[in-house]
Amino acid sequence: MSEGDERQHDTLSAGALGRLRQNGWLAGVSCVAILAVSVTGQVPAYAAALACLAVLAVAAMTPGRKAETAVQVVRAVPEANPLGPLSAVHLAAAVAEPLVVFDASGAVVHANDAARRAFDGMRAGLSLPLRFRAPEMQSVIEGALAGDGTILSVDYFERLPVERSYRVTASPVGHDTGLYVLVFRDQSEARRIDRMRADFIANASHELRTPLASISGFIETILGPARNDPKAQANFLGIMQEQTGRMSRLIDDLLSLSRLEMKPYLRPGQTVDVKETLEAVISSLAPLMADTGMALDREFGEGSFLVAGDRDELFQVLQNLLENACKYGRSGGRVVVQLEKAISGGVDEVVATIRDFGPGIPEEHIPRITERFYRVDVETSRTQKGTGLGLSIVKHILTRHGGRLSIRSEVGKGSSFAVHLPVA
Amino acid sequence: MPSGHIVSAFEEELQFLSRRLAAMGGQAERLVEQAVAALVNGDPVLAQKVIRDDLLLDEAQREIDDKAISIIARRQPMARDLREIIGSIRITADLERVGDLGKNLAKRVNAVAEGRQPASLFRGLEALAELALAQLKEVLDVFASRSVERIGFVRDRDEEIDAMYTSLFRELLTYMMEDPRNITPCTHLLFCAKNIERIGDHATNIAETIYYMVTGDQMPPERPKEDKSHRVTLNQI
Repeated sequence: MSEGDERQHDTLSAGALGRLRQNGWLAGVSCVAILAVSVTGQVPAYAAALACLAVLAVAAMTPGRKAETAVQVVRAVPEANPLGPLSAVHLAAAVAEPLVVFDASGAVVHANDAARRAFDGMRAGLSLPLRFRAPEMQSVIEGALAGDGTILSVDYFERLPVERSYRVTASPVGHDTGLYVLVFRDQSEARRIDRMRADFIANASHELRTPLASISGFIETILGPARNDPKAQANFLGIMQEQTGRMSRLIDDLLSLSRLEMKPYLRPGQTVDVKETLEAVISSLAPLMADTGMALDREFGEGSFLVAGDRDELFQVLQNLLENACKYGRSGGRVVVQLEKAISGGVDEVVATIRDFGPGIPEEHIPRITERFYRVDVETSRTQKGTGLGLSIVKHILTRHGGRLSIRSEVGKGSSFAVHLPVA
Repeated sequence: MPSGHIVSAFEEELQFLSRRLAAMGGQAERLVEQAVAALVNGDPVLAQKVIRDDLLLDEAQREIDDKAISIIARRQPMARDLREIIGSIRITADLERVGDLGKNLAKRVNAVAEGRQPASLFRGLEALAELALAQLKEVLDVFASRSVERIGFVRDRDEEIDAMYTSLFRELLTYMMEDPRNITPCTHLLFCAKNIERIGDHATNIAETIYYMVTGDQMPPERPKEDKSHRVTLNQI
């Protein structure tokens, strides 16, 4: 732990200690007063001693309860309450939304599970104003600390690593406890739907316009100059069929991308066997491989390859990559699929690599090929029935899984796409 | 580990410094975010706001510098405290530059928006900005958590930013060759891309300062340079 956290811890415990000392001091003064009275002779010595003991006993109990409040944060309920000795930690854990309790210095006293999941590095001792730097969050935290006990709320928007938006409420806990609470209400869904609608329309209209223009051109020709030419009509209808096929593939891909954007977090607890998924992908693509005359080599490591995640989504990742390898690496004649375990940055990973021996990707395109509708070569992509969304979907899914895609390619020698996923 | 200072006012001053610095970081992040949004959406109103907001960063820098110098003069800090204060001065300088670069992006909004450009021109710029902003955010998160052992990501990201910048450079040159009318907006966009790439560099500087503040050592010197745009010529495209 670093020194900054240590300091905040210290100010925290110093608060509790201060209260203790205050009580001890009071008890001391009372004892001295009682003794003084007994010395002046009006009260017998044994009575004075008894009185002192009583005062000390009371003093010993009082700070005990105060120290408890520092740990069990919101013990606002009296003992007689049916809630009983319910600790605030339990209460916070039962709240599904991220909830953070902090003290007067802005340091986190307690963060519930949801908060620790939602915000990377959230733990006791972390300084909130340092973590939430957005101007509106700064003002709401400051307002709560300086405030008169009113409840403040603000909309907070995090862009990275995944877009999320929260309605944040800051309020003091109880009366004069020196503790405050921040509650985050997730509004990402609503906001994402809005954005998605705008994005979908922008992307879709742009990409659908080209095939649509071509279809309407051919319709005009069939109705006009080619009215009496069955041969040309058949030819044009074939092209139109191809274009409508392209439009429907595009819509499929756009929809699956939108679905992914709708639910950016994974449900925890699910595990996927990458080896089994990879085998399923290979058999599902067997017809395509037979068509293109590609050979497939498996280089699978020993052991189990379990990762946390959603099977359908990982299936799509591997399918998109293998399909690309078959389509664009066709000239190489074979695809190598590797599965192994590795350690990267201290994290155990499952690495699935799909390698083709086709023309490769020029270096300057590599950083960009996961962008939507980015195409290295528009013509090749069109003839292979690509939509320009495949790798974008791959990247999206991997981000959700805490994984990453690494791409190596050399012109003339082929490309390799490696999927890195943290071990479950 | 030392547990706080005997003079609690000193403690408070140091805390004030890091809080003020974090707030300044938040403002810088917001400013760059809005500058890129203004550029991509061709929004001159937002651009004006960004240009005005840069003053806040200048003000924050002056305030932090004054505070830091007065702490040094009055408390004569040693070791970690001294590094903390010197580090703050260095980080504010970097953040202030980030603000200037953001302001410069905003200033170009009108020139770029003249004669609406196709969205594809901006897509690469957006992706580049996303990388640079992620870099800045993660670095400032490390400043909050002081977990410098994770700081290795900074260099990977730096490489990614440089590769993306080189690619964008080529792309914009291609557009200029296709149609001379593209030269004006594309030149502005080239400067914008350069500015965003510089923002990433400042974030890397901040990471190095934080590493020094926490450990007392300099970050190991290996710094691979992946930006190859200085070698891009016309006949290569």
